[in-house]
Amino acid sequence: MNFEFSEEQQMLRDQARNYLSQHCPTTLVRRVLNNRETHDADLYKGIAEMGWTATTIPEEYGGLGMSSLELVVIAEELGRACAPVPFSSTVYLAAEAIMALGTEAQKEAWLPKFADGSAIGCFAMGEAGGAVTPDQMSTTMADGVLNGTKVPVADGGIADVAIVVCASDKGDGATLALVDLSQDCIDKDNVQMIDFSRGHAELKFNGACAEVLGEEGAGWAAVESLMNTAAVLFAWEQIGIADRALEQAREYALGRFAFGRSIASYQAIKHKLAKMYVKNTLARSNAYYGAWALNAGASDLSVAAATTRVAAIQASLFAAEENIQTHGGMGFTWEFDCQFYYRRAKLLSLAVGSEKQWQSRLVDGLAATA
Amino acid sequence: MDFNDTPEQAAFRKAAADWLAANVPSKDEIKGMSRLEVAKLWQKRKYDAGWACIGWDPAYGGRGASAIEQVIWKQEEAKYDVPAGFFVIGQGMMAPTLMAYAQPQHLERYLPKLASGEEIWCQLFSEPAGGSDLAALRTKAEKDGDEWVINGQKIWTSGAHYSDFGCVVVRTDPNVPKHKGLSYFFIDMKSPGIEIKPIKQLTGESDFNEVYFTDVRVPDSQRLGEVGQGWQVSLTTLMNERAAIGAGSSGVNVGLAVQLAKEVMIDGKPAIEDSAVKARLANFYVEEAGLKYTSYRTLSALSRGDIPGPENSIGKLVGAPKMQQLASFCMDLLETSGAIWDTKRSKLADNIIGSYMGAPGLRIAGGTDEIMTNIIAERVLGLPQEPRMDKGIPFTEVPTS
Repeated sequence: MNFEFSEEQQMLRDQARNYLSQHCPTTLVRRVLNNRETHDADLYKGIAEMGWTATTIPEEYGGLGMSSLELVVIAEELGRACAPVPFSSTVYLAAEAIMALGTEAQKEAWLPKFADGSAIGCFAMGEAGGAVTPDQMSTTMADGVLNGTKVPVADGGIADVAIVVCASDKGDGATLALVDLSQDCIDKDNVQMIDFSRGHAELKFNGACAEVLGEEGAGWAAVESLMNTAAVLFAWEQIGIADRALEQAREYALGRFAFGRSIASYQAIKHKLAKMYVKNTLARSNAYYGAWALNAGASDLSVAAATTRVAAIQASLFAAEENIQTHGGMGFTWEFDCQFYYRRAKLLSLAVGSEKQWQSRLVDGLAATA
Repeated sequence: MDFNDTPEQAAFRKAAADWLAANVPSKDEIKGMSRLEVAKLWQKRKYDAGWACIGWDPAYGGRGASAIEQVIWKQEEAKYDVPAGFFVIGQGMMAPTLMAYAQPQHLERYLPKLASGEEIWCQLFSEPAGGSDLAALRTKAEKDGDEWVINGQKIWTSGAHYSDFGCVVVRTDPNVPKHKGLSYFFIDMKSPGIEIKPIKQLTGESDFNEVYFTDVRVPDSQRLGEVGQGWQVSLTTLMNERAAIGAGSSGVNVGLAVQLAKEVMIDGKPAIEDSAVKARLANFYVEEAGLKYTSYRTLSALSRGDIPGPENSIGKLVGAPKMQQLASFCMDLLETSGAIWDTKRSKLADNIIGSYMGAPGLRIAGGTDEIMTNIIAERVLGLPQEPRMDKGIPFTEVPTS
């Protein structure tokens, strides 16, 4: 047993942190957020040139054929930097779906482009009113024709291809569709989210052409599996956010004086930051196991992924909220960076299912093996 | 990173598992024996077969096992209902202190019997007036020839009533600032002048004691560290306390709560299908699993030879309140029946209610929740200490209640 990242993985982390501190300073995040841009295309191009988008894509499709352990290292740094790029949609969701379920033709059509950054992917599951289960969905596909509306779709406005979860009358009630988003019959409407630095869209499919991805009527099982992978990968972004928020709070508290001493010397602040540290530590430890379980295809991946996500949600929300609190009035200003972590943490806490959903999945998993 | 055993580790695990399966005492074997007697029998059996204190040097009764092997051993032993706890203080805290400071002849004399359980050690640190301010202790020692004469009182001394030896921190110079005037000795608990009075806990048991010292003599050869170096020596003990008591998994756990939730009904359905129940169980599991994997990560540091650091404080800081809340939650699931503490009627009551009653002690012993939180803030996050009124002034001048 060995409970650490390898030396190479730690070097990858240093390299990624370095790269992002130069190419994704908070001023860049601020610009994207201020202007409600969908993403920073130059940054995404640079990230692709670093090879990060190719990390887990097999070499035969132009990827680097590395493991999810390398990918989580990158994910943490992207989270810490609040990078405004469509990395998660393309890499954690679209690429994973096509790698797991695609035909040779589908893999060859999209994986090399995801790997070199020339195409962006997205995953469209949610519908208005919080609908995320097959019985609540109205998007359907019949004989290769897709109808319905998905909202909000992360990076839906800039993606070239979408994986769309459709209701089906077969099997487990869902089928996944692979849809080229360049079709005219698809309406794309920008949707502003709590995090202005992450573009989202409403996608309306009016008789769009689509291919089945995987098997008809086996969509829900596929989604379950994809969600486990995504939960672990997003968790590492959330951990990056949580750690950065703690660091900011600490730095600010140390330098800020009141009643003749640094506010970092008051127990109320010390205990608040210590509580952040404890939650971050638990989240990180759970994420270690989640990353390993994902990589090893462990039998308890379902419980591990759920534990990882619930812990990461709790840690990142607490850290982002209390970071603002520690900053006092300045934390509440537009000018300060605290808002980036607050917005991003909340967005990610809902991106692939709420805390409540994953608490339920976790306990169902424990009950099944008890 | 790999949470599976390597081939060598798997072989070690199998050897451990095989030995345990063949040697754990049967119910018949231990019929009529007290828990302490069973503990000593079991410890001696492990020692004779080379399975006691496996991380120690073979010269002192161990087998030089790595940190990972120690975890594997603990995992395998935890599958059996064998008494643990009587030797935690002696083996986990006193022994590392002896190893760091005692003379070679003392290591040879005392460590093997610590490992075999023949001799039990206790820790005489806390005092009534001191509380969390350990360095403000008042029990004093005065030099008389080759001996020191100890007078004073210790409190909360777990196991003093069945201990053979103990480590005691005393004030040898009250005229210097408090940290600088302390010294550390190990003593024979049967020494003349030692009086042990049990304290009854709110659980009904008396695991700990007041210990009174009246002109107790201890040879200078039993001093650990220099005169006035007692605080530094204590820190070695305390740092090992965190690792030893750390992430204890006795009492209720999520597995038990899940079982209970499957059996109990809410609104005609098993409680485990209730979303409020699910949320709480999930949160408890996040803590339980998080603590387990945190201890594994700390192992990697230990394997490199690093001393257990303040990060270990999180084990007790999270684990003790969690035990209290989880036990409370399990009782709640059972409604008023949850409050029944009658083993004829409820097989789980001892575990659940026992945990709820014992948890307050765990949140206070070995460093309170608040002190642990302060330690994380100061030692891990590097935040400033609060101003203290007793810094740098002679102990005799410190304001006190």
